[in-house]
Amino acid sequence: MADLKRTALYDLHLALGAKMVPFAGYEMPVQYPAGVLKEHLHTRASAGLFDVSHMGQVILRPRSGRLSDAAAALETLVPVDILALPEGRQRYALFTAPDGGILDDLMVANRGDHLFVVVNAACKEADAAHMRAHLAGACEITELPERALLALQGPAAEGVLETLAPGAAAMRFMDVATLHWGAVELWVSRSGYTGEDGFEISLPADNATAFARALLANAAVQPIGLGARDSLRLEAGLCLYGHDIDTTTSPIEGNLSWAIQKSRRANGLRAGGFPGAPRILAELAQSPSRLRIGLLPEGRAPMRDGTQLFAGPEGGEAIGHITSGGFGPSLGAPISMGYLPASLCAAGTTVYAEVRGKRLPATVAAMPFQPTTYKR
Amino acid sequence: MKYTEDHEWLRAEKGEDGSDIIVVGITEHAATQLGDVVFVELPDIDVMVASGDEVVVIESVKAASDILAPIDGEIVEVNTKVADNPGLVNEDPLGDAWFFKMKVDDPAVIDQFMDEDEYNDLIS
Repeated sequence: MADLKRTALYDLHLALGAKMVPFAGYEMPVQYPAGVLKEHLHTRASAGLFDVSHMGQVILRPRSGRLSDAAAALETLVPVDILALPEGRQRYALFTAPDGGILDDLMVANRGDHLFVVVNAACKEADAAHMRAHLAGACEITELPERALLALQGPAAEGVLETLAPGAAAMRFMDVATLHWGAVELWVSRSGYTGEDGFEISLPADNATAFARALLANAAVQPIGLGARDSLRLEAGLCLYGHDIDTTTSPIEGNLSWAIQKSRRANGLRAGGFPGAPRILAELAQSPSRLRIGLLPEGRAPMRDGTQLFAGPEGGEAIGHITSGGFGPSLGAPISMGYLPASLCAAGTTVYAEVRGKRLPATVAAMPFQPTTYKR
Repeated sequence: MKYTEDHEWLRAEKGEDGSDIIVVGITEHAATQLGDVVFVELPDIDVMVASGDEVVVIESVKAASDILAPIDGEIVEVNTKVADNPGLVNEDPLGDAWFFKMKVDDPAVIDQFMDEDEYNDLIS
């Protein structure tokens, strides 16, 4: 696997018996010997440890020293209220394009004197260039390739992290805080990508293996690969950038209007002012022609990414397609998400997916498929 | 037992009427490579198939793949237990998780395939 980058935990992954695959330019663990099903179920039952160090970590530090200047600058790139984001809190955001498409989705945290941004691995170079092109006047932009990022997810995560880094249990969903594991500073957020309560932990890459081993020393914690990460986030109804949302989908089509606060909507305090605002605000007012929805296939056959959707059991043109799909281990059934015309998006609507030449019924369903357990 | 390059195993047995039957499954190596199997679609019975026809669909947590008919013949029985419990493919690929049985004129038709040593060389 020449030319692929490795995270700080590479040797640990091999020692744990991981099967490594190329992902977003990195050699990453897709599964460990337990396998995807057991890893998925273990995360929901206890705690799973994920290496997400391939993701991009960026600091935006206001040149003026006033955080509001960095927040106002970032608001020119996202349809999200950053100015009202309190210190110690994190929020989901989207980089939008001038045509209203989505360049990436990201997390933005207010860490007092700076904003801390986490972006997708596959987009991190483009995102950094995008931020440099538009924010360099207001912000000093620092990428942090020397920091690792771990996620600890599941009902046992709180207890496990609290014993190593006191203060974790006191955090609420989407809080961010600086905690300490001995002398090592941890930038912790109570968030994740599984639908479970849990934490994402940024720390110096040099300390990452020792910290991961300390977490894994707790019998509640097992290492989890990208395979289970995908099935966990799919059950939680969370988007995978490049599949469920991309430059061809708007935030409203992607059913992400909840991420756009009132202040950035029409008649808000700072309405518009982000790339693609005309289309995005118009879609908010009139509802878009299509929407991202959840689908429950009626049989056992998984309906995967790219599968075409039809209104009837035979004939007619495709009306939409599936963007993510597979088997939901916690549900014991196949699940999918995809796009359908707004008129066919009501929960309970039956549509037909063409799988290996056969039209199979599936029912539009509310997401998340699996109830989330965030500590709000 | 014989093995194909598509990681199937073939076992000859006698049917109740004395006919020659070939039982088809996938190897442990194949099951491991596929990962956790979550869906199996079996062929219709009493159907003639030709070598290379796609007769079974297997979906694992990772992807879909096909099992091809290794030889010409008639599908005479399918293992509904693997359709009901796809995880059986990972638990017992060489035993309970056989997929289908084919009736053939001459059981020697499987002699062309690899023996265990040759197959182990292939996957090593």
